[in-house]
Amino acid sequence: MSEMRYEAPKTLAAAVALLSGAKGQASVLAGGTDLLIQMRAGRVEPELLVDIKGIPEMTSIVAENGGFRFGAAVTCMELIEHEAFAKAWPGVTDGVKLIGSIQVKGRATVGGNLCNASPAADSVPALITAGAAVSIVGPNGRREARVEDIATEPGKISLAKGEIVVSFLLPRRPPHSGDAYLRFTPRTEMDIAVVGAGVNLTLDEKGVCSQARVSLGAVAERALLVSEAAAALIGTKVDAAALKRLAAAASAACRPIDDKRGTKEYRIKVAGVMARRAAEIALARSVSSFAPTHSLRKTARTQDSI
Amino acid sequence: MAKHHVTATINGNGVEFLCETHQTLLEVLRDELGLTGTKEGCGTGDCGACSVTVDGRLVCSCLVLGVETEGKSIQTIEGMGVGKDLHPLQRKFLEHAALQCGICTPGILIAARSLLERNPNPTEEEVRYGLAGNLCRCTGYHKIVDAVLDAAREMRRA
Ligand SMILES: Cc1cc2nc3c(=O)[nH]c(=O)nc-3n(C[C@H](O)[C@H](O)[C@H](O)COP(=O)(O)OP(=O)(O)OC[C@H]3O[C@@H](n4cnc5c(N)ncnc54)[C@H](O)[C@@H]3O)c2cc1C
Ligand code: FES
Ligand code: FES
Repeated sequence: MSEMRYEAPKTLAAAVALLSGAKGQASVLAGGTDLLIQMRAGRVEPELLVDIKGIPEMTSIVAENGGFRFGAAVTCMELIEHEAFAKAWPGVTDGVKLIGSIQVKGRATVGGNLCNASPAADSVPALITAGAAVSIVGPNGRREARVEDIATEPGKISLAKGEIVVSFLLPRRPPHSGDAYLRFTPRTEMDIAVVGAGVNLTLDEKGVCSQARVSLGAVAERALLVSEAAAALIGTKVDAAALKRLAAAASAACRPIDDKRGTKEYRIKVAGVMARRAAEIALARSVSSFAPTHSLRKTARTQDSI
Repeated sequence: MAKHHVTATINGNGVEFLCETHQTLLEVLRDELGLTGTKEGCGTGDCGACSVTVDGRLVCSCLVLGVETEGKSIQTIEGMGVGKDLHPLQRKFLEHAALQCGICTPGILIAARSLLERNPNPTEEEVRYGLAGNLCRCTGYHKIVDAVLDAAREMRRA
């Protein structure tokens, strides 16, 4: 271990050159909240650590085309504290808020959450439902990918040697959109998801769902984009019947494992329940963007108080 | 390989130290700099005993490498009181008997100070969430929460 080198490049080009030029294993070091623990446990033994927190493009949050671009090395706390971002993407913020304690979030990054490739990573289903694009830079230049195409199985990602996730682009939101992420854990804080569910939906002026994305975490080898579950919402007023179909489609998409946190049957059942609850929150958030006098908003309020 | 030469600020004082790449900030504080107020409970980010702030951010020092702190400003428990002049949080911890073995206490005090800097008037629930990253095996938390709320009250008056 004493052989391990540490570099903190100031540019992406320098970081890519270091990573692709390394003879042994080279690891990107973001917040280190996964990597340092894996190193100490002897699960990874990099020859080189490339600390990317000094690269400005990777640590900034900027408005772009009416949406947001945030660097993969932005910490969870910085993202949560960014008021405009949290307002535009409450569901993504729900997911990021769930990552560990305040201490962990002070270091942990969304790029690290994605690239660590845990199927239970809490920001990933929310980013998938948001339709987030990932900008990747490597020895062959820059390319774009979807969040759902990065993790392939536990601990494995689709990046080539020398490639770095640089930033996430979240698109401009149509009016009357809302997103939500919920996870089920035995404890309310500091636990790993048994099931995570993200829903992002948009309503038209009449309150009919025109677009939806649904994603599930911790129920397969990676977070899943479940288009059948989204299809259950599109064209409906997200009423009880649509929510029931959504829950059934979510459960049907699961291919979970049994572990100490839950059995297969349990995860499959809970996935439907969490997807439905996330959809209810996403609906309430999208309805709240109608004018206070709008009939939909009033209906939603009555439903809330039942 | 040669050790890294790091220059940082700890509790307002400039410091220089040498460390290996794998050494955590926690190890540097305790083993290289003799600042043993910061404790190790788990070494995996779960217990918060090693809490410090780096450039004003609350972090687990067991999850930060020493070499990552080049040019940074670190606050540890040693900088909290001045001589016998305790910080209100420290005084309230004594008054409320909010500690037993004391291993968790430095981390909880640092986390509580950070919480009160951001939210001077927290509810009990906010204090419990704010300290959710700090485990205590002795007190049952109740006295800790009372002490933090009482300190917050006093600090708001000051
Ligand atoms: C106590 C504790 C509680 C936790 N609780 C949760 C939780 O509730 N939910 C949850 O989802 N996670 C949790 N985690 C896990 C962890 O904090 C998150 O996965 C975090 O987001 C990882 O980010 P990081 O910046 O620390 O990653 P790092 O540890 O720096 O990196 C993780 C991996 O990704 C690679 N990597 C990082 N950034 C990039 C990049 N930009 N491009 C390419 N590769 C990259 C690294 O090489 C490494 O392999 C917890 C961790 C701890 C210690
Ligand atoms: S020693 Fe760092 S969190 Fe437990
Ligand atoms: S006083 Fe012993 S761990 Fe908290």
